Amino acid sequence: MSDRPQIKDFDWTLLAIVAAINLLGLLEIYSSTHASAMAGMHWKQMIWLGVGVVVMFIMSQIDYHTLLDQAPILYIAGVAGLLVVAVIGFSRLGAKRWISLGGGFNLQVSELMKLIIIIVLARYFSEVRTDKLTLTDICKVAVLTLIPVALILKQPDLGTALVLVPVLIIGMFLAGIEWKHLAVGVVLIALLIPVAWNMRHHLKPYQQQRIETFLHPEEDQRGAGYQILQSEIAVGSGGFWGKGFGKGSQNQLGFVPVRYSDFILAALAEEQGFIGVCVVLLLYLGLILRLVDNAQKAKDRAGMYVVMGVAAILGFHVLVNASMVIGYMPVTGIPLPLMSYGGSSIAFVFLALGMVMNVRLRRFVN
Amino acid sequence: MGSWNINDQRIPQERLALVSYLSVVLVVLLMVGFWKLQVVQSGHFLDLAEKNRVRSIPIIAPRGPMLDREGRVLVDSYPSFSILLLRDDPKGLEKTLAQIEDGLGISDEELRQELDAAKFEPKFQPVVIKPAASQADIAFVESHRADLPLLELLMVQRRRYQNGEMLANTIGYVGEVSEQQMDDSDGHYRPGDIVGKAGLEREYNDQLEGTDGMRRVVVNSVGKVMRTLDNVEAVPGRPIQLTIDYDLQAIAEADMANKIGAVVAMDAHTGEILAMVSRPTFDPNDFAVRIPKAEWQKLNGDKETPLLNRAIQAQLAPGSVFKIVMATAMLDSKEIPESYGVFCPGHANFYGREFHCWRPQGHGEVELHKALVDSCDIFFYNIGKLLGIDKIAYYGAGLGLGKRTGVDLPSEETGLMPSEEWVQRVYHRKWYAGETISVAVGQGAVTVTPIQLARMAAGVASGGTLVQPHLLKGFLNAKTEHFPLSDNAVEQVTQGLFGVVNEPGGTGYHLRLQNIDFCGKSGTAQLMSYDASNRLGTKKMDGWFVGFAPRKNPDIVVAAIVQDTVEHGGEAAGPVVHDIVKMFYDKKSARTQQQATTGAPAPTGAASAVPARATTSQPLPGAPLVAAVGGQRP
Repeated sequence: MSDRPQIKDFDWTLLAIVAAINLLGLLEIYSSTHASAMAGMHWKQMIWLGVGVVVMFIMSQIDYHTLLDQAPILYIAGVAGLLVVAVIGFSRLGAKRWISLGGGFNLQVSELMKLIIIIVLARYFSEVRTDKLTLTDICKVAVLTLIPVALILKQPDLGTALVLVPVLIIGMFLAGIEWKHLAVGVVLIALLIPVAWNMRHHLKPYQQQRIETFLHPEEDQRGAGYQILQSEIAVGSGGFWGKGFGKGSQNQLGFVPVRYSDFILAALAEEQGFIGVCVVLLLYLGLILRLVDNAQKAKDRAGMYVVMGVAAILGFHVLVNASMVIGYMPVTGIPLPLMSYGGSSIAFVFLALGMVMNVRLRRFVN
Repeated sequence: MGSWNINDQRIPQERLALVSYLSVVLVVLLMVGFWKLQVVQSGHFLDLAEKNRVRSIPIIAPRGPMLDREGRVLVDSYPSFSILLLRDDPKGLEKTLAQIEDGLGISDEELRQELDAAKFEPKFQPVVIKPAASQADIAFVESHRADLPLLELLMVQRRRYQNGEMLANTIGYVGEVSEQQMDDSDGHYRPGDIVGKAGLEREYNDQLEGTDGMRRVVVNSVGKVMRTLDNVEAVPGRPIQLTIDYDLQAIAEADMANKIGAVVAMDAHTGEILAMVSRPTFDPNDFAVRIPKAEWQKLNGDKETPLLNRAIQAQLAPGSVFKIVMATAMLDSKEIPESYGVFCPGHANFYGREFHCWRPQGHGEVELHKALVDSCDIFFYNIGKLLGIDKIAYYGAGLGLGKRTGVDLPSEETGLMPSEEWVQRVYHRKWYAGETISVAVGQGAVTVTPIQLARMAAGVASGGTLVQPHLLKGFLNAKTEHFPLSDNAVEQVTQGLFGVVNEPGGTGYHLRLQNIDFCGKSGTAQLMSYDASNRLGTKKMDGWFVGFAPRKNPDIVVAAIVQDTVEHGGEAAGPVVHDIVKMFYDKKSARTQQQATTGAPAPTGAASAVPARATTSQPLPGAPLVAAVGGQRP
């Protein structure tokens, strides 16, 4: 057995699923935009995907133990980055999320923070030597996670902030949180919802509006409620078999909002119907199950945490995005990973998949 | 490598398996969610998607034109554009409002007022911000399709009243359908539909109104039309031909300019209305777009009531014109000998009260013929006293007074022919004999409309045949009432009315027409008591003249009233009747002459010469109309 990780040891099943999802995404981006001023978007998306594959390969070559070694520094750098964004970052669409790196490159620190939190929590949970997670540990990881969450919330970016939480939850669950602690947590969250509800007036106006329109979509015809309604119309009118490729009126006539990105699943649901949606959802389920499989076969606990952190984030994205498209959740700006158009999203997903490959490649290495 | 637990190989397989199961459950739940939308409620959403995509644009049907009896266009419709402002994007609206105001020349205040007024309407209903867009406005909207998507053009059909104020009170006007009308129409009308509101526009609305068409188009999310799905053309309204004669109408309008009053000219055989004027009047074109509130209030609140059609709605004392009824009653009832005579000293006492003749110095010895020609009041006071109110009422009602003539116009008034029964019913008292004296000269309780007087005069001259006046050519089921009068009564009365115009000293002698048996009766109704007018030194009066020709079985009858005048009826209203009757015969002889020279029936008199003018400009008063009848005016 060689010390060098082999290309053939990549998880090709996983990559096939990823490729299938990418392909469906590209087709739907093409269908949504080819007849509009945004025609040609699918080519740009392909370039991003190409970059993603390269990034994934590079990531797979850096031993994840090395990354975990640097966890404290990465964490401090990430939090510092978020602080820098708060001070000198620039705004786009009303939210301060970006740092200019010069040369036209803009860094969205919160996107990197997702990766960092996976690494940091994997490192922390690896140091827990018992089978049970103590309350002290729970408090520590909670604080560790909630600091960047709070900073991202401040930008404000509710969606990305919430994405960090599942990494924490799944980590605690695998680290052996006691069922009674879990039950208390669930009860606490249940109690917190009404409190949060009463606190909603402290939210930013746009967040308030999103919640309002989520609850009463018909009252706000052109705002976020309009988006949800149009999305539901697109999905519902698609029916069982769909209207056919390039034939969805909601999609083609632009009624579906950002139909090539956040609402790409609505566009697909309209044109490919319930059948198409099932294919997509099953592909994502396959992806998650494949990730869990990799976690089960990981060489060590640290690797498992890394893979499951990735799984948590991807799963959360799919769950929230699909729920939003059918009106079960408010509009939070969370894209559908691997399908939605956008460089940041693709870069993150492929970096994350790179770490997964990394873990897999090293299960045979000593 | 640091101190951390780097090679911990305990993998919690059970918990990882639980995560797998949870994933499966969540995906199934999502699928159920999609199933509900895509399978269970798919029809509902398909419907909504269709409503999103398809916009129905009404194609407004033009209302039918109105033509005069010779086919000249009086009213027609023309296509025009309204500019609509979509309101379903309040933010976009706020941003572009200033640019829209600038481009269309609407003040900010005005536009905001309109938006405010529509505040509680559904958001998808656009507001009409410019009902009659100019070429420049249309160009502005077309060229800003991209950056001002909230502006929309709608083609509408607008009413055009070719001659402005001419015949306005009779034609009426159109306006937006009222809520009441919408409720009554069983869904036939939609908000904003244009319907006839008054006059002929209302009476014949069903004929005039067409059936709107519908164009269904596919629009994108910003409302841009992508393509047309289907097109149902509008069916234009049917034209109606009126009995109005443009030439007679024009001369009547010219004669009545700047006066208050009304004119009705009617074919005495058929009841066809040849001309109908009411003054003051209005321009119905003002209603064809959207009448500004201030203008409407001005018209409605004007104490001279320009919206009232005086020809059928003014209920006025007939004055001495009523003497036609009195003379007819006297002769036909045979209760008073034909030779009956009185001496008129200018005044007389009845029931202890002094009554005056219009001529203070009196008429001397007077019998019926002289009493009609000179309009002696004293004679008719006595006739009234002898006949009694019920006999008078019998003839008055028999000749159509106090009830609607049945003309095909909405809101005709009845006037009042008083009787003992009436005073008992309404005031629960007995009729005072003294009241009859006033009624005998057309004062007191008796009131009539101009159209009633025209019909009454024609009825007497034709031996008691009362036609139903109408404005629609080919009016079906015109009811003719018969109130048979003795030949002697008709002969004597018409001789008297001939004398009014043709005997020196008659109150209409100045109106006589060469070679035409023109008869008539003047009337002057006092608006204040004899004493009051003497005290004030002014005499505001209503001057009537009712004329017809020829004497027996007349062809034309004309009633005219000039109100608030200081002149007697013969001077104030007489010339109007004179001019119309003269024009009527001028046209007639021009027709026969043309027939004689060409040997073929002429295409109705002036028709060939006039249409161009009739459709392009306002009628010119007086003289130029002569050209219309081939220069036949002597």
